[in-house]
Amino acid sequence: MNLTLKIWRQKNREAKGAMESYPVKDVSPDMSFLEMLDILNEQLQSAKQEPVAFDHDCREGICGMCSLVINGLPHGPDAATTTCQLHRRKFKEGDVITIEPWRAQPFPVIRDLVTDRSAFDRIQARGGFVSIGTGHAPDANAIPIPKFHADLSMDAAQCIGCGACVAACKNASAMLFVGAKVAQYAHLPQGQPERNRRVLAMMDQHDKEGFGACTNYQECEAACPKEISVRVIAEMNRDFLKATLLGTEL
Amino acid sequence: MGITLDSKIPSGPLAQKWEKHIFDLKLVNPANKRKFTIIVVGTGLAGASAAATLAELGYNVHAFAFQDSARRAHSIAAQGGINAAKNYQNDGDSVYRLFYDTIKGGDYRAREANVYRLAQVSTSIIDQCVAQGVPFAREYGGTLSNRSFGGAQVSRTFYARGQTGQQLLLGAYSALMRQVGLGTVKMHERSEMLDVVLVNGHARGIVTRDLETGKIETWGADAVCLATGGYGNAFFLSTNAQGCNVTATWRAHKKGALFANPCYTQIHPTCIPRSGDHQSKLTLMSESLRNDGRVWVPKNKADVGKDPRQIPEDQRDYYLERIYPSFGNLVPRDIASRAAKRMCDLGQGVGPGGLGVYLDFGAAIQRVGQSVVAERYGNLFEMYQRITDESPYQTPMRIYPAVHYTMGGLWVDYNLMSNIPGLHVLGEANFSDHGANRLGASALMQGLADGYFVIPYTIGHYLATSGQAKVSGDEPEFKAAAVEVKARMDKLLAIKGNRSPTSFHKELGYLLWDKCGMGRTGDGLQEALDKIPQIREEFWSNLNVLGDGDSYNVALEKAGRVADFLEFGELMCRDALERKESCGGHFREEYQTEAGEALRDDDNFTHVAAWQYTGDLAKPNLVKEPLVFEEVHLSTRSYK
Ligand code: FES
Repeated sequence: MNLTLKIWRQKNREAKGAMESYPVKDVSPDMSFLEMLDILNEQLQSAKQEPVAFDHDCREGICGMCSLVINGLPHGPDAATTTCQLHRRKFKEGDVITIEPWRAQPFPVIRDLVTDRSAFDRIQARGGFVSIGTGHAPDANAIPIPKFHADLSMDAAQCIGCGACVAACKNASAMLFVGAKVAQYAHLPQGQPERNRRVLAMMDQHDKEGFGACTNYQECEAACPKEISVRVIAEMNRDFLKATLLGTEL
Repeated sequence: MGITLDSKIPSGPLAQKWEKHIFDLKLVNPANKRKFTIIVVGTGLAGASAAATLAELGYNVHAFAFQDSARRAHSIAAQGGINAAKNYQNDGDSVYRLFYDTIKGGDYRAREANVYRLAQVSTSIIDQCVAQGVPFAREYGGTLSNRSFGGAQVSRTFYARGQTGQQLLLGAYSALMRQVGLGTVKMHERSEMLDVVLVNGHARGIVTRDLETGKIETWGADAVCLATGGYGNAFFLSTNAQGCNVTATWRAHKKGALFANPCYTQIHPTCIPRSGDHQSKLTLMSESLRNDGRVWVPKNKADVGKDPRQIPEDQRDYYLERIYPSFGNLVPRDIASRAAKRMCDLGQGVGPGGLGVYLDFGAAIQRVGQSVVAERYGNLFEMYQRITDESPYQTPMRIYPAVHYTMGGLWVDYNLMSNIPGLHVLGEANFSDHGANRLGASALMQGLADGYFVIPYTIGHYLATSGQAKVSGDEPEFKAAAVEVKARMDKLLAIKGNRSPTSFHKELGYLLWDKCGMGRTGDGLQEALDKIPQIREEFWSNLNVLGDGDSYNVALEKAGRVADFLEFGELMCRDALERKESCGGHFREEYQTEAGEALRDDDNFTHVAAWQYTGDLAKPNLVKEPLVFEEVHLSTRSYK
């Protein structure tokens, strides 16, 4: 199979980037999307051109490192799929595929398709934790947790922190990401003591980083490779309101 | 070159060693802790838990990760679970049983005292993780669920759907980020360690390259912890993430740290078979699938090409259940992998090239229904279907063994310190707890044990007793190391040949898989030892790395890692050649029982093989640490 890839190339943070077209030949239908980029990079290097930089690591949909906006869609056309799990058989002979980095002001481009997502770490550092030092824990079965709540917590905890929600949102809101963390803890007894402070602190950092507000387009849910539900945003908004009304201090 | 290894195993009865040792260790007074700086390289389970805990104790911590966030470390990909001797199921589990299973599973090639300590602290790990908000699977009554893993006849594995590693890592990451927020940990992302710096014979810092800007930097500290994972990517194709590499431990080795048992690699039995030459990684299907999946191949070679659903029950060979009736499909990984290879060698393998066996859920679906099976393994089935275009609900999965984990690593004593004072090694990067084969769900346990519950005690003793002057990171030793690192980068860029780093990586990896993979022979290993220096020579004369060293350069990053694999691969083969026995994951075809099982030679090989770098890759110095078994009796492993 032969395809044409139109890829965003940008030398560094300051440089102006541009789309470049590259033909790729002999793509096998069993290849993953990133393996196709591997082939392209081998072809580029033998033609003495620098390979395309893109983020990736686990290649099994769990580390959250891979990104890429493919034909305008974060992580490409398949629902509940990261870029690294996308397979070539989803495309046809002669297709032209555009590949761009996450587009959002809080995620500056570092090079080509690689962006800086450290804003997520800074949000996490403000409140995405339970303040319990090593060694302080009671027996794991001391507090029973209804399966229903444990499952809701796990649903939210699946977030891989990739940032597709931000890339999909016209406001570049990261509220699905923050909501997932907040909801994970809100459904567990261990998360209760810091529940109010957590939501305020994390949202405070969210806004400081330049992420926008949620205006309910729900594009984030559609783009999320882990199918995190926008329900977590509603839950977070409720917690946020409550914490504000209670006058919780940051 | 004479060097003797002191494992520092405390005296006294096995069950009391750790407690006694904690009491004997010198303490750093709380007010003094903040005067000490500790470097932690790697932020997987071992690194993140260590960095967070050390910071909680009051130390100043600098943590480094080559990924863009600490949360991405490869521990995140572990699917199945984490063992702990909680005995919540009341099925006869105990610290002693977990200890015994681990020693036996490792084919009697691990240290008793380390393994016992691991089993002891396993229970605190689960408590800690639950308190952090890790959403483990639960029963309707609200208590924690367990399942079984290979090599055990009790249910002691805790899990969070098929994403246990992710949830545990995010727990450790959250603890780490809390400390980052408190200013006690300084986190350095996209930063790769390229050398360790020794001052006065002690490890006092590291040299890093900022992957975005190419800047070479030096960092001084009072102690260094490496938690940089395993070397499975030496094989090119493995279940490891793309970035996993041996560079940090190999650089430390070249500075004098001994590398122990490099030939011990774990081949995981249940991975999706390879589909072609373009393939960049192999995907694991969790061992937990063997709780409900049944492994089989067609009895008749004539049937291997047939649709498996058309092959009647009596024409299938459920070979694990047949050969190992008491453990059945839950035999340890090395045994299951080798059995699969044997069936394929006999011509009964299925799928492309005959390199696959079936893992069948038909019986489980009939027994408990599709929805229960979906609840247990849904995400794994989906992952399988995405890659192969086949649904495991309808047709059996095809699986084949692949490189997954490495039991070898830098040699450490009971305090997790290497033979270089101050250089500590945690998690998969060290060699200490799994012997020649790791049991399923024990990697997460070891990573967190080292980070949360061992190093925080033992490193204090080193700091309290080392008596070293402070360093700033500007001493001549640091400058010299930085110059060396820079020169190496320049050298890689200056070759300007015709082959990409990946092409060399592939060539080395395929050679290692062929000669030093599931089955090894003296002749094959010798052949690999002859070939690797040739590949290395071509690498250093015909490598093509474009661009420069002062920018984000993915090819340069990769080239540095491949250069280290090319040196390390030779040591791996040498160790495999030297160990003239079969044990656990190390299978020398010359040494097997009539039934094709591993045949140990306890008289000559009940030791840790620790290799010292001599400046000549062809002639490393072998140092042996004898393994002394006071508690268990060495016997032939039987899972029949
Ligand atoms: S590379 Fe890890 S999620 Fe895609």
